[in-house]
Formats: sequence, C-alpha cells, structure tokens
Amino acid sequence: MDRLSFLRKPFFWIIIAVAAAFVVLPLWHNDVALRESLILAAVYIILASNLNLMIGYAGYVNFGSIVFFGLGGYIGVFLIIDYGMQPFLAALAAGVVVSALALVLGLGILRLHGFYFALATIGVNQAVQSFVSNFTPWGGASGIYISMSAYQLLGGPMKALWTIYFLMVGVMAVSLLLSYAIKTSKFGLGLLAIGQNESAAGVLGVPTPLYKAMAYSVSAFLPAVAGCLYFFKSAFIQPVDAFDLSFSTEAVVMVMLGGQGTIAGPAIGAFLYEELRGWLLTSATFSNFQLVIAGAILLVIVTFAPGGVMGFIHRYLPKSRKFLQ
Amino acid sequence: MLGILASIADGLLIGSVYGMAAMGLTLIWGVMNVINLTHGAMIVAGMFAMYLISDWLGISPYAVVAPVAVIGFGAGVLIYWLSVHRMMGRPPLMSLLSTFAVNLVLIGLGTDVWGTELFNVQVSLPGLSFAGYTFPGTHLMAAALTGVITVLLFLFMQKTRAGKAIRAVAGNREAAELVGIPTTRVLALAFGLGVALACVSGALIATMFPFTVLSGGAYQLKSFVVTVLGGLGNPAGALLGGVALGLLEGLATPFMPVSWTSVIEFVVFVIVLIAFPRGLFNFTFRRS
Repeated sequence: MDRLSFLRKPFFWIIIAVAAAFVVLPLWHNDVALRESLILAAVYIILASNLNLMIGYAGYVNFGSIVFFGLGGYIGVFLIIDYGMQPFLAALAAGVVVSALALVLGLGILRLHGFYFALATIGVNQAVQSFVSNFTPWGGASGIYISMSAYQLLGGPMKALWTIYFLMVGVMAVSLLLSYAIKTSKFGLGLLAIGQNESAAGVLGVPTPLYKAMAYSVSAFLPAVAGCLYFFKSAFIQPVDAFDLSFSTEAVVMVMLGGQGTIAGPAIGAFLYEELRGWLLTSATFSNFQLVIAGAILLVIVTFAPGGVMGFIHRYLPKSRKFLQ
Repeated sequence: MLGILASIADGLLIGSVYGMAAMGLTLIWGVMNVINLTHGAMIVAGMFAMYLISDWLGISPYAVVAPVAVIGFGAGVLIYWLSVHRMMGRPPLMSLLSTFAVNLVLIGLGTDVWGTELFNVQVSLPGLSFAGYTFPGTHLMAAALTGVITVLLFLFMQKTRAGKAIRAVAGNREAAELVGIPTTRVLALAFGLGVALACVSGALIATMFPFTVLSGGAYQLKSFVVTVLGGLGNPAGALLGGVALGLLEGLATPFMPVSWTSVIEFVVFVIVLIAFPRGLFNFTFRRS
C-alpha cells in the first residue's frame, strides 16, 4: 500500500465532489439564501459526523456534544474580540483548547459506561452552560455581541460571510475525510472493537481508556472550530444558544437517521434533517411540529430500522458498499 | 443564623419532592435498566394535568393529586408499549433513543398547544410562622403528601403480590419468568408506577413554582442529579438524594446568587458520577 492509495478510492472523490458542489452552487447565481441554508447543513454535517465517532464507532452515546460547539464558539469569539486575532487562527486555537479539555475530561468520564456516560455528558453540558451564564468576562447570561468593525478582519461584512461559508465547507470536508481516515486506521478498528465488545477489545490489546479519550477529544476538535466560525458569523453568542441541549440531541437524531457507524450516513441524515426542518419551519400547518416529526422519525428508525438510510441502501443495493461507506 | 436554618428547612421540604420524582426514574432503571428520558415531559404533564383539571372542575388542586397519579400510570403503560417494550434486550442506546423520541413528540405537542407561556396553579394555603420566618403552606403540604405517597409506595412494594413481583423481576428476570411471574406485564406496571410518580411530583411542584411546557428539562436534570447521588436503581437512596439536593440548594441560597446553585449542582453531579458511580446512599446490597 503506497501512501496515496486513498486517491484510488471512489469514496474519497465522492467527499471531494460534495464539498465542491457546496462551494459552486451558491456562487452560481450569487444565491445568498441558498448559502445560508447550506451553511446550516454544513454545521449539521460537521456535528453529526463528529458525534458519529463516539456513537457509531465507539458505541458511546454523547447527548451533550453541543458543549464542544458552544465552548469553541465562546473561546474563538473571545479571542477575536479581545485580542483581534484572525478568525481562522482563533478557530484553530478554539479547536485545540476544547480538544485538550475534552481529552482531560474524557479520561475521567469515559470510565463510565452506557447510561452513566450518557448522563454524565448531559451533566457536563449543563455544568458548562450554567458556569458560562455566570462568567462575567464572557458577558454572563446576556453573552457577547460582535460589532460590525470586527468583520474588517475579513475585509468587511459582505466578504466575511462568504469567507466564513467557504471555511465552514472546508471544515465539513475535513470532518468527512477524518471519519474516513479514522475508520480505515488501526485507531478506528480499535474503536469499532470497543463498540462491539469493550472487554474483549481490551483483552485483545486495544488500549481502551486511551482510545476512548482520544475519540472523545478528536470528536471535539472540528465542532469547536465550526462553533467559532458559526458564532462569529451570527455576530452574537449567548449561553442559551451555545449550549442548547436540544440541538445536540437533534444531532443524535441525524446520526441515527443516516445510519450510525457509516461515514456517509451521518452526513445524509444531517442533510435530510436540515431540509426537513427548513420545510417544516416554512410550512404553515407544521411550523410547530418540527420536534414532533423529529421524534416520530427517531422512534420509527430505532424501532424498525436501526441501520438508518445507509442500512437501507446497503441492503437493497449491496454493490453500493464498494463506493459508499 | 436562624435565616440559614430556615433556608435549609425550606430546601429540605422542596428536596423531598425532587426525591419523589427521582424515585420514579430510579424505579424504572432498577427494574428494567432503562433510563426514562420522557421523565421531564411527564413531570410537565403532571403539572398541566393538575392545572387543567382543578381549573376545569373548580376544585382544590390537592383533590386532583390522585386522578393525576392514575392518568400518569396510564400514560406510563402506554409509553412502555410504544417505546420500551421492543427495546428489551437490545443495546442501551436503543431505549435511550426511543424514550427520547417520545419525549420530543410530547414536548413538541405541548409547545404547539400551550406555547411557552408561564402557568401558575392558584393555591391559598396559610403558611406556618416560626421565629419570624414563614414557611409557605404549599411547600409544607407538598412535603407532607410526598411522605404519604412514599410510605404507600413502600407498603405496596413490600406487602402486595404485585410489589413483590416487581422486586422479583428487578432481581432476576429469567428466574421470575421461570416461577410463573408474567414479567412483561410486571415491567409495564413498573414503568407505569415510575411515570405516575413523575406526574405526581410534577403536580406538587406546580403548586410551588410557576411552570412552562419546557420546565421539564430542568426538573429531569435535577432527577438525574438526585438519582446519581442516591445510586441508580435505589428508591430509598433517591429520596435521600432529593433531600440532600434540597439541603444543598437551601444551604447555598443565603451565600450566593441563585444562578450559581445550578453550577454547583452539576459539578457535584459529574464528580459523584465519576467518583461514586454507585451513589452516595447506596446501602442496599445488590449482587454484582
């Protein structure tokens, strides 16, 4: 196997093509509405595919994955506003800090299994949310507002929105490639083994505590980067939005809808969910039914089709396994 | 000093109600190893059931506690058949997700019907004054009713055939099945009881504090904290955990802004979960 063998895999090129489509489509007619819809889809795809590293690969349900996104947003926005740091540098810094915090935290809470871990992730998110709500340097409960002048760092507000969009699409592509790279690596194999049977994996020599904490930490990096970009774009950040538990539970729905443990699945689930959500919000009859429909979909999937969309595709088109993973 | 004691005593009264809610959560976990994520939604359902029924019939909210329990039991059995029954014997993720799905549907419907307005149950109960401090009547009444319901629950679990069957299934489902206990029905019964406890405690909380459709999330988290303090699957521990949480809140209130208490609660929660995953008050001996 030479080092560039991934260039011969069709799936690699599918990821690149999707990212290219995200870049080209809104540019085509300078379509700002489409760009706004796609940036949301990109955020969902980033959250879902990184969450999938924990749920789908390692078999640990993280209900509070939004804490990475929110904390990344806060750290990034703080660096941009108070230190005038370039947004992409701030985003990277936010990613590194959150990822390091997650590694330390992960070594602690990943000693818990199953339900206990799921409860702890909710607790972590709520603890951070209530801490930030009381933390005056970050504006407490009212949050941080970003003045228009901050966008001069990216050459004015209009240009900044496009730049952030392209950066977000880049992060999305990296998320998918990361999922792919991990799945085909020794690390990924270890995680999948942990997901199947943790004790057996440990006996066979997988360093389970380290691998789990690493997975937790890796799954924190890109959401934190995306959080910084997203909240810089929104021009304000508040604890209520940044650590919105329902957002991260919706991410769980996306992962399940697309198919946990696959690479394309969470992305498909996230995209479908975003489209559905957009449609429901604009439709007159169903505008309040977003959660009801999300719940109903989740119940049907969990009960009758735990494999999600990818489970269906793989069952009825077995050949698709070769290029769609 | 007396002010602090009064604050602690009030915290204990409220904490006992949190304890009852957590007993519902922990009962379900103990019997079938399922974390009921509809818990918060059912607490809110109890709040609204009490509000609507007492408003509609024009009677005292406390007269509605029993009907709310019955409604909660029915709803619990329904939720069991809808979302939990098929998840038995499947990975824990599945029952978490299926009860969470029902929770989303309930919250969505609730928001559609009632919006996110603040509701208030009107109760006029005289408070009890003691050395210059007045304990609200609603808090005393809620704690008293919690005591009564807890005693009834323990009698039910210890003395009746159904209660013994629940304990048998919690101990060993296969063995219970072998000696002729209809385990599926017992599981539905236990789930119904757990949800009924959530509804009743929700109803009692509604007499003390205003509420919205979305209040459930906060109380569900409190139940998690309490359950973890008491040890998952241990009802007596849950009650003690509730009282401990009330103590913590009562103790913290005079010393710091109210908004900081939740920081402390969740930090305690995560630390206890990591350091004592079997709880602080786990006296019961369970075969590992």
